[in-house]
Amino acid sequence: MTVNVIGKPLPRVDGRAKITGVARYAADFNQPRQVHAVIVSATVGLGRVTGIDTAQVEKMPGVVAVITHRNAPRLPYAPHKSYIDPATGERLHVLQDDQVRFYGQPVAMVVADTPDQAERAAVALRISYTAERPIVDPADPKARPVVPEAGKQPDARLPADTARGAADSALADAPMRVDEIYEIARENHNPMEPHATVAAWNGDRLTLWSKSQFVINEQAEIAAIFGLPPENIQVICPFIGGAFGTSLRTWPHVTLAAMAARQVGRPVKLVLTRKQMFFTTGHRPRTLQRMALGATADGKLTSIVHEGTGETSRHEEFMEALTSVTTFLYSCPNVRTRYRLQPLDTGTPNHMRGPGEASGVFALECAIDELSYKLGIDPIDLRRRNEPTIDEGENKPFSSRSLMKCHDLAAERFGWSRRTPEPRSMRDGRQLVGMGMASASYPAFHAPANARARLLADGTAEVEVAASDMGPGTYTSMTQVAAETLGLPVERVRFSLGRSDYPPAPSHGGSWTMASVGSAIRAACIAVQEEAAKRPREGRPIEATASSQRDPDVAARFSMHSFGAVFVEVAVDPDVGTIRVRRAVGAYGIGRVVNPRLARSQCTGGMIGGMGMALMERTVLDTRDGRPVNAHMADYLMPVNLDIPPLEAHFVEEMDPHVNALGVKGIGEIALVGMAPAIANAVFHATGKRVRTLPIRIEDVLTA
Amino acid sequence: MLPFTLEKVTSVQDAIAAASSGRRFIAGGTTLIDLMREEVEQPDHLIDINMLPLSEIRIDGSDLVIGALARMADVAAHPDVQRLHPLIAESLIEGASPQLRNMASIGGNLLQRVRCPYFRMHDAPCNKRTPNSGCAAIDGLNAGHAILGTSNHCIATHPSDLAVVLVALDATMLVRGPRGERSFPVEELFRLPGDTPHLEHTLLPGELILAVRVPGGFYSRRARYLKVRDRASYEFALVSAAAALDVGDGVIRQVRLAVGGVGTRPWRLRTVEEALIGKAPDRKIFETAARLALEGARPLSGNHYKLELLPRTIVRALEMTGEAA
Repeated sequence: MTVNVIGKPLPRVDGRAKITGVARYAADFNQPRQVHAVIVSATVGLGRVTGIDTAQVEKMPGVVAVITHRNAPRLPYAPHKSYIDPATGERLHVLQDDQVRFYGQPVAMVVADTPDQAERAAVALRISYTAERPIVDPADPKARPVVPEAGKQPDARLPADTARGAADSALADAPMRVDEIYEIARENHNPMEPHATVAAWNGDRLTLWSKSQFVINEQAEIAAIFGLPPENIQVICPFIGGAFGTSLRTWPHVTLAAMAARQVGRPVKLVLTRKQMFFTTGHRPRTLQRMALGATADGKLTSIVHEGTGETSRHEEFMEALTSVTTFLYSCPNVRTRYRLQPLDTGTPNHMRGPGEASGVFALECAIDELSYKLGIDPIDLRRRNEPTIDEGENKPFSSRSLMKCHDLAAERFGWSRRTPEPRSMRDGRQLVGMGMASASYPAFHAPANARARLLADGTAEVEVAASDMGPGTYTSMTQVAAETLGLPVERVRFSLGRSDYPPAPSHGGSWTMASVGSAIRAACIAVQEEAAKRPREGRPIEATASSQRDPDVAARFSMHSFGAVFVEVAVDPDVGTIRVRRAVGAYGIGRVVNPRLARSQCTGGMIGGMGMALMERTVLDTRDGRPVNAHMADYLMPVNLDIPPLEAHFVEEMDPHVNALGVKGIGEIALVGMAPAIANAVFHATGKRVRTLPIRIEDVLTA
Repeated sequence: MLPFTLEKVTSVQDAIAAASSGRRFIAGGTTLIDLMREEVEQPDHLIDINMLPLSEIRIDGSDLVIGALARMADVAAHPDVQRLHPLIAESLIEGASPQLRNMASIGGNLLQRVRCPYFRMHDAPCNKRTPNSGCAAIDGLNAGHAILGTSNHCIATHPSDLAVVLVALDATMLVRGPRGERSFPVEELFRLPGDTPHLEHTLLPGELILAVRVPGGFYSRRARYLKVRDRASYEFALVSAAAALDVGDGVIRQVRLAVGGVGTRPWRLRTVEEALIGKAPDRKIFETAARLALEGARPLSGNHYKLELLPRTIVRALEMTGEAA
């Protein structure tokens, strides 16, 4: 039987469970005899804990334990790093000593019978410190950039330095130049669902119901921290209420929940407050970038110099792909990139949707836009003039590249031809109207993954992978892949994920879940059919496990990336400077689209994330003590319903036989990449004022 | 949240008697409960006044009388309010999300506490939360803070949009306490921080707000409330302006103007008003007059932009009074 479900806009298979409240998130897994832990966060930005007055708090109603570095068990913290952990440095060890490395670091934990009792005791706990002034401002003269250790090797995935040709001399010789500094604020992921862990020990076996985008790594990390074999740890996370990267790593609260549960001999639930989600669960690092372009008078790029610095913590070197796209997005004989880190007294950053690419492409695509005005060339045309035939950085052909098709499609749907090129030339009533656009790109990653498929006697099938679904619709799209491969209607396929004892999957991030897990499911479904063909069923389930990975020969031959184009219209009030995005159109070349309904939803979500990056999101630190001052949903601005205009996402036809058997490239990240520069470029077109600092706020355009 | 006892009262008399010992009222609770959760507010006893008969919205002669317990949503939707005082409705809709508007009362709206982030942080000094502990905002992050009416002890803005409109419209408070009823301008409800920023209003112990009375007038014809902020909803004003103009024979006969987001209390701009009287309502005149709003302004490290944004917002609000809503 053939069932053509790949490519169909099926509604979410888990939609009903989510909207009826049946879907269970980490904090929903209450356990018998459970108690509640609340973390006490450091209120100084650098220093030592000198005293903790636990006696009073221990007497408070319901308090079961107060755990500090004085009475906490010394944990083994065996070496363990996965690819989502920084390659250099060591993770924060919690409650192991008296040092405070950054504001908000956990310094104690209160366990009580109810959440209210634990919270009250946590507020009452008096802690004294010796404090120094931390360095949290990248502009602080005492903040020194370093060369990232993992970027020093010539074959590094994220090289600190790359060069082809002679970029600096070509820049100096170029008839046309743009040479500017671009700055992007720190951002926090701020998903709806807070980080939460329920921890329960049974002897030396531990079960964690824990919000995670990478359950097998949470298992391995907690095993290493507690010095246990990984098979003793089970991590369960069937649903995630948004994550955007914040739950890729296993952060200290998971360790603390497990520690508390062991200490008190009862299951423990630990939920972070919104404020605490600004402390120890990562953030998009603040970046400072120099982008310099040299070009001929007819718009051919002759030089690109891209120097970027991102903040990191003192204890870990978090790296992201800040300069990568610059090496291949356009054709240019002379390109030099430099990537540095600036260690600060802060928590470690981590991947946030479109990590690195979103920030780096902002600088590149704004600079290209600036060049287009200097040259008097339409910005789409300028990109067309620099469209490469191969990846000139890797010196390899692209497996597929639909960038100009994306531009053409998006420009047509957007109505770019109605734009008059001069800044401040378009108005709607009093409002200044601006149209801007940008290219987007994100790698088509693929990681080894495994899957198990089982044919049951009743004609249904079960598929299991230790994958995650943070919202893109993994449950649905994987069900479609399995149904199509098995030739079964989707109603007869049950896909399960989010358990560390399922076949291992890569982290749910980097836009590689569809490619990696989807390919593994396809392989397992083929394997189970082959198994079924070999022997009679006799009423017993037939099961097969299979793995998949990208053919290393193909991977070595091609450069594999998604490409996209984003077009935005803004209105800026000439008197009071309010900036409103009025509409946006994106077009993406992402290989095969498994479910257009979900893919469009992914894209519009990413565009809204990009709006936040461009116009609102900014975690502000008080330089006196490093505290995030706006750690509150009323003060950390993100777009709300009234801000969100009509958004369109289109997909160009793209058959890529090289990326994987499904021909899919992934979509989660690229949908955010490109939005911020398109908005910034539209703001310039509207006002004639070039703002190179994100987010662009009213005060930035007021004097335009 | 600390445990507290809740006492329900059903008559104004009982409410006042219950509060005479210094205990506090709770109505919609949209500010108080929030702050109690963070233990910024720690009342051990609250008097629930939601059952008092104070939610009426009525016309009395040419005045509009709004009961203290009328909900923001009901006031904004009331036909008399929309007809006679559209800018009250505008300020309420701009002032909170629908969920909050359904809960929050008019009296509570006027008494809501400041949004200075340091006020909510136990580990930061705040003279308003803990008298004489200092002010973290003066040398800290203060982009949202006031430039008018500040002191060396507090620079927080008053957050209410409605209060700005009521101050512009010469509205009066009707309150009753142990010593009887009294009435005074809404503007006099709010204190400047001075060296006692923990004292925010002029209500006497045990006094309960009964109603707000808004005099009728020319306002309905040319009046607008403009709230400027970085997102379209769910954010307090960077700068706001309530403006009403009465124009006849080509000149401004009467004007009412108050601004928010810039003052430690809702800020009536009488010098700007006086400068406009008798002039033609055009942009040049507005611009010249609006500069007078900056008299005495003290910008801080992070809010210099308000020196530019304030006059622009005033000009725009004055212009908008002549445009359809």
